[in-house]
Amino acid sequence: MKARLMHRDRDFNLRQPLPWNEAALTQDLELNTLFNAMAQGDEFIFSVVRNAVFTGMGLDQETILYRQHILRDCLKNPSVTREIYDLILEALESKKKATWFIFSMKYPDSILHTSLDVMAIFLTMLKKLRIYLTDNIENLESEGFRGLSAMLSRELDDKYLARVEAHLKQLKFRDGTLISATLGMGGKGIGFLLRKSMEKRRPWYRLLFPGKKQAFTYFVNPRDVSGSSALQELNRRGINAVANSLAQSVDHIENFILNLKTEMAFYIGCLNLNEKLSEIGEHVCFPEPAEFGKHKHHFKGLYDVCLSLTMKKSVTGNDLEATDKNLVIITGANQGGKSTFLRSIGLAQLMMQCGMYVPADSFNADLCSCVITHYKREEDKKMNSGKLDEELTRMSEIVDNLKQDSLVLFNESFAATNEREGSEIARQIISALTENRLKIFFVTHRFEFAYGMYVKKSKEHLFLRAERQPDSSRTFRLSIGEPLQTSFGEDLYKKIFSHADTA
Amino acid sequence: MSFNSILSERTENRVEGETRSSGMPAFFIDLNLDQVIDAITASKTEYDLKPFFYTSLHTFSTIAYRHEVFLDLEDNRIADIIMDFAKQMRIIREYHTQVEKLHYPLQKQFWFLDAVEMYCEALKDFKRKLGFCSLTSTGLQSFWQYLRNYLDTEPFTVFAAATKELKRDLAEIKYCMVIKDNSIRVRKYESEADYSSEVEDTFSKFKDGSVKDYTVKYPDYPDMNHVQAKVLEFVSQLFPEVFARLNFFCTENTQYMDPLIRDFDREIQFYIAYLEFIKTFKDHGLAFCYPKLSADSGDICDTEAFDIALANKYSKQLTSLVTNDFYLRGKERIIVVSGPNQGGKTTFARMVGQLHYLASLGCPVPGKGARLFLFDNLFTHFEKEENIQDLRGKLEDDLIRINDILDSATSQSIIIINEILISTTLKDAVFLSKKIMERLVQLDLIGVWVTFIEELSTFDKKTVSMVSTIVPENPVQRTFKIVRLPANGLSFARAIAEKHHVTYESIRKRIGS
Repeated sequence: MKARLMHRDRDFNLRQPLPWNEAALTQDLELNTLFNAMAQGDEFIFSVVRNAVFTGMGLDQETILYRQHILRDCLKNPSVTREIYDLILEALESKKKATWFIFSMKYPDSILHTSLDVMAIFLTMLKKLRIYLTDNIENLESEGFRGLSAMLSRELDDKYLARVEAHLKQLKFRDGTLISATLGMGGKGIGFLLRKSMEKRRPWYRLLFPGKKQAFTYFVNPRDVSGSSALQELNRRGINAVANSLAQSVDHIENFILNLKTEMAFYIGCLNLNEKLSEIGEHVCFPEPAEFGKHKHHFKGLYDVCLSLTMKKSVTGNDLEATDKNLVIITGANQGGKSTFLRSIGLAQLMMQCGMYVPADSFNADLCSCVITHYKREEDKKMNSGKLDEELTRMSEIVDNLKQDSLVLFNESFAATNEREGSEIARQIISALTENRLKIFFVTHRFEFAYGMYVKKSKEHLFLRAERQPDSSRTFRLSIGEPLQTSFGEDLYKKIFSHADTA
Repeated sequence: MSFNSILSERTENRVEGETRSSGMPAFFIDLNLDQVIDAITASKTEYDLKPFFYTSLHTFSTIAYRHEVFLDLEDNRIADIIMDFAKQMRIIREYHTQVEKLHYPLQKQFWFLDAVEMYCEALKDFKRKLGFCSLTSTGLQSFWQYLRNYLDTEPFTVFAAATKELKRDLAEIKYCMVIKDNSIRVRKYESEADYSSEVEDTFSKFKDGSVKDYTVKYPDYPDMNHVQAKVLEFVSQLFPEVFARLNFFCTENTQYMDPLIRDFDREIQFYIAYLEFIKTFKDHGLAFCYPKLSADSGDICDTEAFDIALANKYSKQLTSLVTNDFYLRGKERIIVVSGPNQGGKTTFARMVGQLHYLASLGCPVPGKGARLFLFDNLFTHFEKEENIQDLRGKLEDDLIRINDILDSATSQSIIIINEILISTTLKDAVFLSKKIMERLVQLDLIGVWVTFIEELSTFDKKTVSMVSTIVPENPVQRTFKIVRLPANGLSFARAIAEKHHVTYESIRKRIGS
């Protein structure tokens, strides 16, 4: 039995390793803001969405669309979605209550009794879920939900549940336990095996004359304490296997339920975020993922969802048409929205790849194998290595982990030295990287570097500029444009040496 | 050749009889052999091996007999087979201990039957495996022949078959218990279905991956409580015929074990224990050899030998263990060891004593090629703690002890003397020592004498001087090498002087400069 709400063919694994640069991504793209908005204070949901977002890189188009369909169902039927999740939570809560007083799993009979209770709780919940899904199936269009409903109806039909019911009753052993054994070391019993009692199936007249069968009975005196516990131990040995098997079955069912909870938690997280964004007047769209390596970035109204969540208001979005580009260099004024733009690129990519909607009017981009960030960092005083040294150490680490079809985001990298050197380093690195199948977005102030790339006039390069209105106000919009050298120095020259040219 | 004992080829003189009266030899403590034998036998206390190690041999043929067995057992395959057999025999003994301890007669019978079954199987297995080995020693060859004959002839074959059959019939018994409230009903099993697997089948659709095992582990104590005993009793009533046979079997076969095989199991451990003990040393590159023993006192030697007790004590740092060589030729009889203290003199003296003693047990000894003397008696005289109870003075005590030794020693004896007569003036000590040396030389016995009295080393043609040495550059550091050199108290002082640049030349140079 599988939930199959995250993958068509397997469970979602909460323990799968996160990418090596998970910490850098979290910091550079401010991912915790996103995760918190999705979790709404629920630690479990936080861990699920965090895992899902990080491990989305590497999913194929098909899986992304599979999740998108389920998510569309959820966005359309938020109350149904939440009801399913609540059913799960409720069952797990009841289980906790039924087992909290079990201090030890030392005795098969206590294991058996607890397992019987929990089994009843779980099966009741699964039955409810089965019925609930059947009742709402018309509103659920996705393959994922339909599959789950069909699976539950198939596996847990009334006939099966009745059979389980009968076992649960039988396992209370109202008529005593029937245990077979053979003679082991020293004549002690071994190989205890619980047997199905056939006594009841005999015709009534056999019950009247049981006599022919040779049997010996021993009654333990109720005051014989050691005798009673010896008898109890024999009984426990007899039910040991069945207690184990039932307890393991309970664990298996619990694993199924926990997995269902995990997979549902992702959609609950998406639902939470969507509601949050609606509140502040933002909107989302389902992206169209393109094949790996297609080098496509085509979007309208892409905004930085983290900025929006932080500012609690709608923020400016950007449009971009970058087909067959492998390098986008962004230059321009400070506070002009360059970093925000870069972050929105990274966030949208991660959200799209894990099956989420993206914060845009429309979004179409090729899948990447991993998102990598290289951001300028504050100088760490504790570290002995200089800043450039630190930057280049990180760069080296990136090179170690670089895969084909990576998306690499540089934000004012290699600025920790003078213009010439920094530019030269950047030029060398970027030239080397672009010769491979990668896509790079590079925010820089380094005119020499940016302009140096610009004059190559490569068709695969695109240059964006943060605009400043003539009145110095910022639009936070980027537009296509060649890198400009700041006119600040020239201005100054002109201002101070006002007569220089004319002299 | 008929088999009698793996320790001796002689039928009239079993080692056990020889040693029953004698305890640990007097010199054991002086030579630290007590530590060695303790270590050798530590993991084998059940075999009571010490008497074997307390008894030295005086016949060359028995020593040769043991050397052969040792050589066979140095083949790991053969040793492993013996060890397997020993392991099974140990379990059999444990079973019998169990039989003694247990309370319920039926239960005793079961354990007894198991012990017997294991005995039969162990012997067959042992015989089969030994058959694949090429045994070269007279001892093991004749044992194998004995074993083969024993296993292939009538009383045993019938007995083994009966054991097997009874065991099988008991194992086939299957019964049912119905436990309800405070009652337990026992009856024959009637092909009722396995309910656990039915339950498991029902829930199998949830199975996915592995989950925790909830099976409670019930330790299987050999003891039985009265409920279990009752169940067994009921079972015996349900299957009276098999249980009657079991009862008969147990009363008929109380003395089933062959005494020679039982003794072999114990005695072979003498070899196994010793080989196990020296393995650590061998693994660290220390050499062991089978000494050539002679009655000729004029020709003994060993190279790269070491104090086996010291090696045992420092078994963690064996790579730094120092080995020593020695020899006596022609008329040479007594090694006089002198030199700086803490230089390994006592260790050397002990070593010579140990080598001879271990050789007299028929064991391989430390060293690369030893020729040793088969003594009639080994004497040691080591400095003793002053005994308050003893009213005699220390000097007097020393002299009484040495006199006793000299009275009982013969030309075939070995004597090891370590730093005696130190509780008197040098003049007295020299005088007395010379007197004692006179007697030793007269006796023409072999000896090692550790002393600070260097004159002893040049006493006679029969005395040989060996000295402990130091590292010249750092006199505080000892080499623990004892070498054949004239006793020269100066070398030590000179080295120290050189180190501090106060030798003649050094001082001249220093003043000159």
